[in-house]
Amino acid sequence: MDVTFQFDWQAAFASIPFLLEGIPYTLLISFGGLAIGFLIGIVFGLLRISPFAWLRIPAITYIEIFRGTPVLVQVLFIFYGLPQLLGGPINALVAGIVAIAVNSGAYISEIVRGGVQSIERGQREAGLSLGLSRRQTFRYIIWPQALRRMIPSLGNQGIISIKDTSLFSVIGVGELVRQGQVYIATTFNALEVYLMVAMLYLVITLSLSFALRQLERRGLVGQ
Amino acid sequence: MNQDKSPSGADPIVRLDKVNKFFGDLHVLKDIDLEVSPGEVVVIVGASGSGKSTLIRCINGLEEFQRGHIEVDGNELLPHGKAGQALQKIRTEVGMVFQQFNLFPHLSVLDNVTLAPIKVRGWNRLDAVETAERLLERVGISDQAAKHPGQLSGGQQQRVALARALAMEPRLMLFDEPTSALDPEMIGEVLDAMRELAREGMTMMIVTHEMTFAREVADRVIFIHQGEIAEQGPPQQVLDHPRNKPTQQFLSRVLKH
Repeated sequence: MDVTFQFDWQAAFASIPFLLEGIPYTLLISFGGLAIGFLIGIVFGLLRISPFAWLRIPAITYIEIFRGTPVLVQVLFIFYGLPQLLGGPINALVAGIVAIAVNSGAYISEIVRGGVQSIERGQREAGLSLGLSRRQTFRYIIWPQALRRMIPSLGNQGIISIKDTSLFSVIGVGELVRQGQVYIATTFNALEVYLMVAMLYLVITLSLSFALRQLERRGLVGQ
Repeated sequence: MNQDKSPSGADPIVRLDKVNKFFGDLHVLKDIDLEVSPGEVVVIVGASGSGKSTLIRCINGLEEFQRGHIEVDGNELLPHGKAGQALQKIRTEVGMVFQQFNLFPHLSVLDNVTLAPIKVRGWNRLDAVETAERLLERVGISDQAAKHPGQLSGGQQQRVALARALAMEPRLMLFDEPTSALDPEMIGEVLDAMRELAREGMTMMIVTHEMTFAREVADRVIFIHQGEIAEQGPPQQVLDHPRNKPTQQFLSRVLKH
């Protein structure tokens, strides 16, 4: 075999400053989208377990639609499709944030539902029997415990959503993958640059994992 | 049959009037009539599935009933959970201790006890803490106030649960098999705390299998059989000289142990 290819470390490192310019976009779309997705998840997760069908059914519909379709299709729909409805273009960054928000929101709704339903019935009964209202019982007793149990799943969803942002290179957001593609278009070091791109994703996701593990450990003291 | 008047003869604090409860097709409580006077200690016994827990859970609205009516300290509960404000008032005035303790695992022992007085009664934190510390001392766990429930033994947890309920200064205490989930060596400490409470004149309704305890503290023992009050009266009468066949059978099974 003719081994003419040599991994060019210099080229790999040389690409980093350019790639780093994509990181703010990756982080902004990920965490902006996840923050909104978390709010959506709380609202729809709770609607999902409402005793009233007229609240439950819209929540289930939302969850099923956005869990059941690819995030790539969702962002294409938002970026290319919606402007035809709205009559004006949508900023690519905004489209990315909205896509992550509605997509992660659907998954987080299910995480919230599972977390709340995992709290033993006796906790609610104890709260109510002390004279706390249903709202107070939820706020002071059910929710803090449910949130703690949700941390691992939320972390998992965070990692998935961060990686999903890589798809948004297709709508031209200058995030990490897009920066890599642009760089490779002039230097042709696909191997080196994509490896660096992968490493940078790993740095972000590992940092998140680590932070959540700390949070979980702190939370466990209280159990 | 249920006209045995309480020792005090005052207006009853609890009155059940032809209460009927169904779980689907299962008729769990059948025409229950019952009055409890202030200061009275009523022990409810019966086989598992007889409806005794369901009965006391109806009194603070944790279970709905389908027919009849319940009055607690002048507040009325109606069938199908229709009560609104009255239910909230009843729960504020009625404390409950559960078989599984149901302490709040994410809060310290102290916060378990102060939560309801602060949020429901609107006490300031200082007063609530002072009361909580007094109650925790009374049940013998003042040195554990900063710990979380998971760090305590079952007996200690149940005593915290008792202190938590008492912090609301209830007029009536309900106990749903308070020692059934405890290791044998911890039953005594919980019963001691309950004994003391009875001595102080608290009105108590206790579902339990502890017959010795029942004999000692009960003003009245009620035997429930298949959703009905089969027999009731002073403990010596019901436990030692039961008139009714199911009561005799139940007691012969329980007292063998």
